[in-house]
This record gives sequence, structure tokens and C-alpha cells, in this order.
Amino acid sequence: MFLKIGIVLVGLLSVTPIMLFVERRGSALLQNRLGPNRFGPQGLLQSVLDVLKFIFKEDRAPGHVNKFYFSLAPLVVVVPALMTFAVIPFAGNDFIIANLDVGILYCFSIASLGVYGIIMAGWASNNKYSLLGSLRSSAQMISYELTLGLSIVGLIMIFQSVKLGDMVSAQGETLFSIGGIDVPKWGIFLQPVGFILFLVSSFAETNRLPFDLPEGEAELIAGYHLEYGSMRFALFMLAEFVSMTVASALLSTLFFGGWQYLPGFSWIAHLFSDGNIAVTYLVSTLLHGISFVIKIASFMWFFVWVRWTLPRFRFDQLMNFGWKVLLPLALLNVFVTGLLIYLGVL
Amino acid sequence: MLAQRKTGFFNKFYLVEIIKGLMITMRNMLFAKRATIQFPEERRDYSEKFRGQHYIKSVNGVENCTACMLCPTVCPAECIHIVAGEREDKEKYPIKFEIDSLRCCFCGMCEEACPKDAIKLSNIYEMSQQNRTVYEKEFLLEQRGNK
Ligand code: SF4
Ligand code: SF4
Repeated sequence: MFLKIGIVLVGLLSVTPIMLFVERRGSALLQNRLGPNRFGPQGLLQSVLDVLKFIFKEDRAPGHVNKFYFSLAPLVVVVPALMTFAVIPFAGNDFIIANLDVGILYCFSIASLGVYGIIMAGWASNNKYSLLGSLRSSAQMISYELTLGLSIVGLIMIFQSVKLGDMVSAQGETLFSIGGIDVPKWGIFLQPVGFILFLVSSFAETNRLPFDLPEGEAELIAGYHLEYGSMRFALFMLAEFVSMTVASALLSTLFFGGWQYLPGFSWIAHLFSDGNIAVTYLVSTLLHGISFVIKIASFMWFFVWVRWTLPRFRFDQLMNFGWKVLLPLALLNVFVTGLLIYLGVL
Repeated sequence: MLAQRKTGFFNKFYLVEIIKGLMITMRNMLFAKRATIQFPEERRDYSEKFRGQHYIKSVNGVENCTACMLCPTVCPAECIHIVAGEREDKEKYPIKFEIDSLRCCFCGMCEEACPKDAIKLSNIYEMSQQNRTVYEKEFLLEQRGNK
């Protein structure tokens, strides 16, 4: 239990410096620049300097803020972001912190707690830009949470379970095979529309571009974390990257088979299965973990890639898109899936 | 008022357009030439006409300047200070010639006004200093260009 918590916590916390590096260099490369490449090989240690800077900076609260909520807000943002990972199996179904029966529902309910932190931060900062940012974020989160929830109803109907472990096991089966190549029963093949809806709304849930209106620096300076500095600001950043990781983990768990082997990995696992049960178990667990990490990493890269490609939505466009396009589509998706299940196709 | 833009029917499903956009950024990342100049190792080549740090041209170790006061008059930033004096051969020359580098806007008017081809702006653009710097006459007499 504690071992698993340790693995997950260390993994999630070390995501932030890695992502800082990836985002900096990635953005630079996507924009035909080079990015910071001086400190460490390829600038790899630049994020270490960042962390050091955050630690040694003066932790200052402006005079006009509500001190209690001001210091509470970063924690309220970070803790739910870290807690969400508890129900996601990360290397085989034994490696899950809490195998709750409510599974994915727990994820959604905890993830939506994060918005309280943002509202607190905006309100306690006593600054109109912060308040506007947090207002926007609450409106955005509520609108897109609907789509987020509805987009996986189809999957739940197909897999007949809300436990993520069950879902991943079910995705290990073969959907159909063409010429010796088995196409696994991954969620994306069963629910392509659901996947796109989930992807779009998870962008909105994690406040990433093109949905980063709560912190839109062009109009709101920095939005809800405008008055924050040093480690408190770092916590907001941590929360953003962690919720990005959780979103990627959910995307890969629900739609890309979670810890199921990537194509080719079962062959490597076969090489090591020489009868010794312990070795076989160890190798397969390791390979499952690696598959999962690779899937998460590709989604993280996708987040960065999209961020540096698309411009930001206008607020009315955001609302229109959420309520008039995504929500009807999600409902339609649920209906069609139900129909297909009733007809016995899925 | 919002101008209603005409969009094709298929463009309204942003998805295709977004994928196209993603492909463009990826292509840039993989194949495009980097615009970055890595400063201390690489330097930007400026044109010969670039207006940088000043110097006063000298011939055989004697400055061309005759302290005619045309450059302090024309200087829009009023950053040239000259104290004139007389040499043994009755020729006028600057005892003091100072340029306040922080006030100077590198317009090059002094260079244009000078009748004696004395004050020049060189190609040097790395002029960062830790304190307010006034270029003295000795400093200005270093020949750091060939204009
Ligand atoms: S370059 Fe322009 S501002 Fe600078 S000293 Fe010459 S005339 Fe004055
Ligand atoms: S204009 Fe030329 S000659 Fe006259 S004072 Fe200036 S530098 Fe000397």
C-alpha cells in the first residue's frame, strides 16, 4: 500500500520539473526557436534551477488579501489533483492504490473539488482580474464536466463496470484480427466519438490552451494566481501539471488500454517468461508500467503540442462550444451506443 | 460589431483544421531552420552602416577633431560635452571630449555634421555596462572602426 502510494506520489511530483523542461524546449522547437539549452545537457537541469528559485523566493502575501483563504487555496488545488490518481491501476491490476467500487466516479468527484481552490484563490486575492479568472474557471469547469461525464457513459455501458481495473482488463480482449494482427478491444475503437469528446473536455478541465481562459494572460494578466508568488505559485503550477497527468492517465486507461501492452511488448515479455514465476511476474509488471508511462507521456506531449498550436477561444465561443456542440454530441453518443448495445452489435 | 466571417461547411468542424494546424507545427519542429542565434558563440552580422559605439578618427596619433562645436549643437540628446583649447601651433583642439553613452540615442547626426571627418560610429553593439558610463577622450581615440 505505502509502496504504491510512494511510487505514485514520486511519479506525480517529478512530472512537474520534467514537464517544465518539455514545455519550454517543446514550445521553442515548435516555434522554430531553440529554447534554454545551456544548463545541463540540452538544458535538462534548467527546471532544477526553477525549483530552487521557487524555494528561495520570499513567500509574500500582499496586504489586501484574505490571509487564511489565500494560503489555503493552493493546497485545495493541489491535494485533489494528487488524490485523483488513487483509483487508476498503473502496472497490472494489483498496482492500484485503492480499488474502489465507484472507480471513475471517484475521479470525477475529486477532480471537480479542485475548482473550489481556484475560486478561493480568486476571491481571497481581492483583485478584480483574479476574481474574473476564477469566475470564468468555475463556469468553464461546470460546463465541461457535464460533457466529461457523459462522454464515458458509453464506455461504462459497454464494459458494464465503473471500476477502472475491470475496464482495463476488458480492453485486453481482442476486438477482431486482420491477417494475424490482433486489434485489441481498446476504448478508442469502441467509442471514437466518446474519445474525442473526452479529450476536448479534459483540455478544458485542466485549464490548458485553447481553454485556458481562467488565466488568459492577454486579458486577465494571469487570472486567479495573479497575486501569488514563490512556492504558492509553484503549487498552482504543480496542480496544473498533475491534473494534466491525471487526464492523460484517464485517457490512456479508458481509451488506450491502460497498462495493457503496447504492440510488440508481449513479445518482449515472452522472451523472459522462462518458467520462473517470480521473474515472469516482475518482467510483466515492469513492462505494463512502461506501457502505461509511454501512453501517458504521449498524451502529455499532445497537450503541449496543442497548446503551442491553437489560439485561445473567446469566452462566448467557449460556452457555445460546450453547451451547443459538445453536450448534444455526448448525449447523441450515449443514445447511439445504447441502441447498438440493444441491437447486439457491441 | 462582430464581422460574420464566411466559413465553408466543412471548416465548421474544427477537427480537420486543427489536425492540419498540428501537422504544420510538427513540420516546423522537425524540419524548419532554427531562428535562434546562440549569442556568445554566434553573432548577428550587422550592416556596415550600423551605428554603434563612437570613436574619433585620428591621423598619426592626432585626432581629426578641431572642436568646432558642430556635433554638440546638432546632437538631439545633448550628450556631447567639449572643452576647447589651443595647441602650440595655434590650432584649436578638444581638451575634453565626453559622450554620455546613456543619453546618446545613436542617431548618427554627429557623424553627419562633422566637417573634419572626426567623430564616427563604429559597428560595435555590445556596450552593456554596470554603471553610468561617459566615454572620455582617451577612450574615444581608440580606433575601433575603419569608416
Ligand atoms: S549619435 Fe546622435 S545622440 Fe549620439 S552623440 Fe551623436 S548626435 Fe548625439
Ligand atoms: S563636429 Fe567633428 S570636428 Fe566638430 S567638434 Fe564634433 S567631432 Fe570635432
